[in-house]
Amino acid sequence: MPGNSVVHRLDPRTKLLAVLAYIVVLFVADGMYAYLLLAAAAAAAFLATRIRPGVILRGLKSIIILILITVSFNLFMTPGPALFRIGPLVATQTGAAVAAFMGARLVLLIVVTSLVTLTTSPIDLTDGLERLMKPGQRIGVPAHELAMMMTIALRFIPTLLEEADRIMKAQMARGADFESRNLVRRVRNLVPLLVPLFVSAFRRADELALAMEARCYRGGEGRTRMKQLRLGALDAGAGALTLLVVGAVVALRVVT
Amino acid sequence: MPIVTEGLRHVYAAGTPLETTALAGLDLTIADGEAVGIIGPTGSGKTTLVQHFNGLLKPTSGRVLVDGVDTSSRRANMRDIRRKVGLIFQYPEHQLFEETVAADVAFGPKNLGLAPDEVTLRVDEALRRVGLDPAIGRRSPYELSGGQMRRVAIAGVLAMRPRVVVLDEPTAGLDPRGRDEILGHLEALHADGAVTLVIVSHSMRDIARLARRVVALVGGRVALDGPAREVLTHVRELRDMGLGAPPMVELMCRLRERGHAVRLDALTVDEARREILRVVGGGSRG
Repeated sequence: MPGNSVVHRLDPRTKLLAVLAYIVVLFVADGMYAYLLLAAAAAAAFLATRIRPGVILRGLKSIIILILITVSFNLFMTPGPALFRIGPLVATQTGAAVAAFMGARLVLLIVVTSLVTLTTSPIDLTDGLERLMKPGQRIGVPAHELAMMMTIALRFIPTLLEEADRIMKAQMARGADFESRNLVRRVRNLVPLLVPLFVSAFRRADELALAMEARCYRGGEGRTRMKQLRLGALDAGAGALTLLVVGAVVALRVVT
Repeated sequence: MPIVTEGLRHVYAAGTPLETTALAGLDLTIADGEAVGIIGPTGSGKTTLVQHFNGLLKPTSGRVLVDGVDTSSRRANMRDIRRKVGLIFQYPEHQLFEETVAADVAFGPKNLGLAPDEVTLRVDEALRRVGLDPAIGRRSPYELSGGQMRRVAIAGVLAMRPRVVVLDEPTAGLDPRGRDEILGHLEALHADGAVTLVIVSHSMRDIARLARRVVALVGGRVALDGPAREVLTHVRELRDMGLGAPPMVELMCRLRERGHAVRLDALTVDEARREILRVVGGGSRG
């Protein structure tokens, strides 16, 4: 998602670490004030990105069922004084409180993580991850390789989707039926799609490996980057704000 | 069995920032027994257009009638339409999936629910049509050469005995011999009078060889439409589209620039030779 807001310009490492801190704190948070504070922080971050609300709402729509299930389980399964009842199900007061917190937690989780993915290009994201994992190299974490794998995977998702669409159409032109109601038949009908798709994925992987070697790729060692990640004043500011929120939530937990 | 498009419009990803109009109101009639070449620069909507011919894509607005049946109507029998109109995609060899060539070619006829005897019959016939020995049917498609694989894939569609055969870039990525073989078999297929041929291609040479009528698309609209000899000699328009004229027409143009009164509409090397001999008086040598 292109854009040029303050958040877009942040270093991907800052965003990753801030979100990580936010998520940890989200699970530490206790009590209404902590949640209000976290919600306010998410809202502020959202406003700073200047992303249209519709985009975020669409992201939430895909997990609405998950949220509903979580909320209703908590609402009805938590023991405590009864609030209301539907048939044999008893909603409890404690249940309502827990459900509200769980729902808020999930929504905030999705909102904040999608803010990162919406404001950071996949390349920047993997660059940031690679840089963050680099200290782990000493204990054998293949940071560069992991990041390269992620980059390649992300790069080829649209390609493979396109390829799948093309093969599907080609087989449909030969009378293949991908919409059968019969489950067994439906699974069997996937063979004409999956076999060519795998063959072409392997072929692509081979070609890509050759192309990379032709350009002298031999792993991360000694490789320099065209785009250097640099932390600036903006990142310092964002970091400070994050620390402030984290500190406040932790303090609320300790005090109450 | 004509294919008719009326005001055919197709918009991809409508309502998103990526919205693109691939076809912008296109009227076209392809009659029985024609050999139509569809040309146009990249992104002119050629592939999108032919995918409407067998109902793989549905119009955003307008209609597509295959043998009088509207492909968008709920009553349209898609299997029937796809049996009548065989569509062969770009790089069709990428769709092969069975363990043997015969099984792969049989995929289409089997989907039509034909009896096993009939399926075998059609597989052999289709393989012969593309110049392959039916004995090749026992081999794995992945052992074959690129040109052979492509011919197997084409046989896979021919085995359904379509009345219209639509090919999207049938010769892309083949060596000259593979290209010649495929064009030869397609020529023979059309000469038998059994099928209507529609060929989408960037290769003006292929179009010159196979098409009797040429339709040029630009920006999702028909820019030129007429007999091949007429359209392919619109050299300036074709160059403006970034396509260029077929090699022999180009040659004739150069000759004319040098003051030889040759006709432009030589489509094949043979025709060009005869025309040049006619003008420079080769006949007198006897």
